Amino acid sequence: MAKEYKYDIAVVGAGPAGYVAAIRAAQLGLSATVIEKDRVGGVCLNWGCIPSKAIIHQAGIFSRTEELRGMGVAVDPSGFDYESVYKKSRAAADRLSKGVSYLLKKNNVPVLKGYAAIKDGNTLLINDKQELTARNIILATGSSPRELPAFKFDEKLILSSYGMLNLKKLPQKITILGGGAIGLEFAYILCAFGSEVTIVEMLDRLLPVTDREISNALLQDFKRKKIKTHLSARATGYKKAGNGIELLFEEGGKESSVTSDVLLVAVGRAPNSKNIGLEEAGIQIVKGFIGSGDHYRTNLKSVFAVGDVINTPLLAHLASKEGEVAVEAIKGLPVGPRVKSGEIPYGVYCEPQVAGFGLTEDEVKESGTDYQKAVFPYRAAGKAVATGDIYGMVKLLFNPKSKEILGAHIFGADATEIIHELLLAKKAELLPEDIATMIHAHPTMSETLMETARMAEGWAIHI
Amino acid sequence: MAEFIRMTALSPTMDEGTVQKWNVGVNDTISTGDVICEVETDKANMDYEAEDEGVLLEILVEEGGSARVGDPIAIIGEKGEDISALKQQAKQQSEAESEKQAASAAGQADKAAAGGEAAGEAAAGTGRGQKPAPAQAAPQEAGQPQPVPGAASRETAAGTTGAAATVPPQGTVSGGGKPVTTRERIKISPLANRIAAQNRINIAAVRGSGPGGRIIKRDIEKIILGQTQAGTTAPITGAGGISDMETPVSQKRAVIARRLAQSKFSAPHYYLTVEVLMDELLASRELMGQDDPQGKLALNTFLIKLAAEAIKKHPLVNATWLGDKILTHGSIDIGLAVDHEDGLVVPVVRNCGARGMREIDTDLRALIVKAREGKLSLVDMEGATFTISNLGSFGIDRFTAIINPPGSAILAVGKINKRPWVNRENTIEIKQVCALTLSCDHRVLDGAAGARFLAELKNIIEQPLRALL
Repeated sequence: MAKEYKYDIAVVGAGPAGYVAAIRAAQLGLSATVIEKDRVGGVCLNWGCIPSKAIIHQAGIFSRTEELRGMGVAVDPSGFDYESVYKKSRAAADRLSKGVSYLLKKNNVPVLKGYAAIKDGNTLLINDKQELTARNIILATGSSPRELPAFKFDEKLILSSYGMLNLKKLPQKITILGGGAIGLEFAYILCAFGSEVTIVEMLDRLLPVTDREISNALLQDFKRKKIKTHLSARATGYKKAGNGIELLFEEGGKESSVTSDVLLVAVGRAPNSKNIGLEEAGIQIVKGFIGSGDHYRTNLKSVFAVGDVINTPLLAHLASKEGEVAVEAIKGLPVGPRVKSGEIPYGVYCEPQVAGFGLTEDEVKESGTDYQKAVFPYRAAGKAVATGDIYGMVKLLFNPKSKEILGAHIFGADATEIIHELLLAKKAELLPEDIATMIHAHPTMSETLMETARMAEGWAIHI
Repeated sequence: MAEFIRMTALSPTMDEGTVQKWNVGVNDTISTGDVICEVETDKANMDYEAEDEGVLLEILVEEGGSARVGDPIAIIGEKGEDISALKQQAKQQSEAESEKQAASAAGQADKAAAGGEAAGEAAAGTGRGQKPAPAQAAPQEAGQPQPVPGAASRETAAGTTGAAATVPPQGTVSGGGKPVTTRERIKISPLANRIAAQNRINIAAVRGSGPGGRIIKRDIEKIILGQTQAGTTAPITGAGGISDMETPVSQKRAVIARRLAQSKFSAPHYYLTVEVLMDELLASRELMGQDDPQGKLALNTFLIKLAAEAIKKHPLVNATWLGDKILTHGSIDIGLAVDHEDGLVVPVVRNCGARGMREIDTDLRALIVKAREGKLSLVDMEGATFTISNLGSFGIDRFTAIINPPGSAILAVGKINKRPWVNRENTIEIKQVCALTLSCDHRVLDGAAGARFLAELKNIIEQPLRALL
């Protein structure tokens, strides 16, 4: 006789991985609960994707005041109050968090407030006292801003992305350590609101995750926006400078520094794998991440781990997908072992945006596969010219023989939206020809995709 | 209904042929067996004999042009028929080389489809029992051409998957609800379709693992991987270690399939069996071998020679059905079915009626060496007027064989077994007995004619001196 468990599935963490897993479990007729120490929705919804997008949207409006002036509209920015921007971002986060709470309730998934630690493969200890049993446990504890030992977050002078999103007043000058997605989005926001922005990045280009050609275009655009960038620059420390902070770094073998009101440290995120009983329960930890195999199962058969706490790209949409895969595997549905790495999209929400999936050109070269590329500039698309969004390009990498799409990267307006057409093509194994011959409405940004595909086929019309 | 005349393998190793000369023109009426054109193969210039009857409606490959085996070279049908669809199809096929190859493969598979069983039987007839490849019914459009820049491409693009999904208007549905047509809709991703075409994989035989059973890249790659790892065979699915295997059809197998299917389905076969005492013949063979510095003659040499002697007395056995006439051959050219790793080959020993056994034996040994090495030329294999298939060495007691065209009869020779035998004195002695089964084309040989020949052969084998009568 099997042991009786309180739930089929207990999920630790109600972020994009956890709450989606719990709802999916409920949909599949499994009893599920979620344990959350903070707010439902996780970092994404409360302190990440969502509030930052609310701010970015407003930054976009603000940055377009120049265009209003061009129409003869006098804009007086003197009354600008960043706190109202902040409040709007909080309103969006609150609303969505409530939405998720509602969804969980609707699906009869109880949310337990508190800290959970894993005791064994079927038992969680809630708030160090209450035991909760489940046939399967899904760990979805997420991640936190990575802290550098030399730059401890005080959220006053040295900010994490969390602190940044909680600012109610804009700094005049800001230095951003890290040219990844988070750093770039804040650079864009602050620049759009008129702050002086300096980026210090250790690698030789911005947004190392994307294709080098896209990185270069992005760098050009940042230069146009008067965002200062120091690449291949290694931060060595800081000094307090009046009310501000002076970041010390080495660039090209020379000591250098930049002084600003605040320093944002955005050098990635670290998995939340501490103090949740992993070592005690005997769950394997690899470089701080929870080790996981097929269907995101840990070395304990009944325990799964999904989202930022495992070593896959730290993306909310991937986390949700992983949660679904794990639950579907628990249910016994036929589901692929892991999300295919070539089918995970990324998006960066500076303007112009960056989005893509699959291999970059450097990666294709390294893999030794034969490839060709098609690169179509935004400026050749009617819609982009009409709206003034001419800075951008679509880059498609494909196998010249099979025409298989190997990767796609877009820099430009609406990139994070239009990328999905190419991603669908990739997933459904469509060929550039299929996109090339599909009618795209005119004028749209999506036409750039059609033209890129036509380039791959050797017959782009508008270039 | 109009259909393509396709380039066929006029030599065993031929992949492609060049049309040297058309002997017929558009609107000419063609009968089966007419030499419609001359084709230069990798071996020699060959006559292309029509397999169908009708009116030549279109020449697709002009003189000097070449076509891969399976590619259309002309269109045959009824006078005044609308052939625009076929012309369009042919045009598309010729537009992309790689897809053209695939079309060829698919074409072969298509032809082989009807003869799947016969091919299996033929293989068994040479002791190579091999399951016929599953589902040869490849739509010929399986590897449709794809990328053509410009406006034309739109049509083609639709055709890429659309053509494979075509169910012809005549497509009927049987009582069981299963389409009778071989052209069922095949769900396949464009990428998988393209890779399959490039690797000449028959998608009709592939099981899809994508959404809704769609064939995706992974399925095709598994087959390609299987091919490179295990030669020609490849697992399609791997559930629980039991997997289906797909074996791409080689040119040679396609020819075997086509020829034997044609024989089995067009020639009404009947079978006659006798048991023959082999003691005399075997003893003679031993004796002759002892005194001969060149060694013993092959048993098959005896069978060939004695069959030729029997044929001399029953010349109709050495004949070919030509539809409106029967051709009785002057020379008795006897083919011997030989097992080869690529499949059955039938080298032919010429003029066995007029030549002695030593000559026949020398020829036969040379041919078998060539056969085993895969070096038989077309000349070595064509035009057997009679064929012998001997599976005795495989331990087969008796079997029936499929007639090897253009012959009208084939002799299936079983194993020589020691058996208790009731002799003329009504006592029992141990005799060496062999079952001979003659397959005859009833269009040429009636039962009694076949029986008379077989009785003659039995007599000659049992008392070889009778050959001199």
